[in-house]
Amino acid sequence: MSWIENRFEEGLMLTTVDWALNWARTYSIWPLTFGLACCAIEMMATGMSRWDLDRFGAGAYRATPRQADLMIVAGTVTYKMASRLKRLYNQMGEPKYVMAMGACTVGGGPYFKHGYHVVKGVDLIVPVDVYVPGCPPRPESLLEGLMRLQDIIGHASRAKDPVVDANRRLLST
Amino acid sequence: MSPEEICSALQETFGAAITEAALEGAHPHAVVRADKWPEVARFLRDDPAMGFDLLRCISSVDLQDESKLACVYDLLALSSVSATETMSARHQFAVRVCTERDDPHIPTVADVWPAADWHEREAYDMMGIVFDNHPDLRRILCPDDWEGYPLRKDYVFPVSYHGIPGTTEHELTNPRH
Repeated sequence: MSWIENRFEEGLMLTTVDWALNWARTYSIWPLTFGLACCAIEMMATGMSRWDLDRFGAGAYRATPRQADLMIVAGTVTYKMASRLKRLYNQMGEPKYVMAMGACTVGGGPYFKHGYHVVKGVDLIVPVDVYVPGCPPRPESLLEGLMRLQDIIGHASRAKDPVVDANRRLLST
Repeated sequence: MSPEEICSALQETFGAAITEAALEGAHPHAVVRADKWPEVARFLRDDPAMGFDLLRCISSVDLQDESKLACVYDLLALSSVSATETMSARHQFAVRVCTERDDPHIPTVADVWPAADWHEREAYDMMGIVFDNHPDLRRILCPDDWEGYPLRKDYVFPVSYHGIPGTTEHELTNPRH
């Protein structure tokens, strides 16, 4: 962009639409207040002062899916909960992201064999962007997962991969 | 009162309704016939010598080999006999009620101890025991349209539920514990 830079008065910054939108989205991920089991305790700890999720702009837990960008599925998802979880996901506005936190949501975890009521991974219900393993994961792991999500959001391009959004919608119907 | 005294008092009052007295071991209990169970329960609660005012737990048992299902009611008498013994447990006892596995029916005691309401719903949900005259006998943990009773020993795991794949390998539909 050098051909256009410094050709206007000072105080004017030039950038791309992608960069500006990604920058705004990356540092204002509002998660949904949504905890299912013991992983939610770690998620709450992550939001508190010692780890302080708000340093990364993701500390504003929203009480409604319509205001949330990120669903951290923290805990064991049962079949009974699956339909509710999907409804919450469908109520979130685009762009929306899902983080599978903990062994249960990654693939059934300790309930893989003997959990007759446990969904063997939340990616069977909603599309997952980041998997955070652990039982439960330490807050540092969750922060790492959040930063990986920020990488994904930061590299998104509305022109190059509109397919991503289309796929998402396909999966969520 | 000791478990022996409680059991002999029960046998004195109800005779043949007490089919067995299992007083050895860590968990002394009496086996009560299902059709007499509400009567026995009222006696255990209301008799001044008994005074079992707290139903601590209902445990359902799958006796697959005998083709029976059982419920074990753990009872505790909290009310004190004298003013000096406030809130100390007077005595405790347990009652076992058996029923047929093919057609399990046990009369409810939710009207005797309100705590039994949800406990019986759980026993119904997990083991399929039908509690006659229960005020609201629905599943309490599993979804309403769930098939089978998960804690029975011959339970077959669901292969899928509402389109969500369940167990991923075939032999996992009936895992051995």
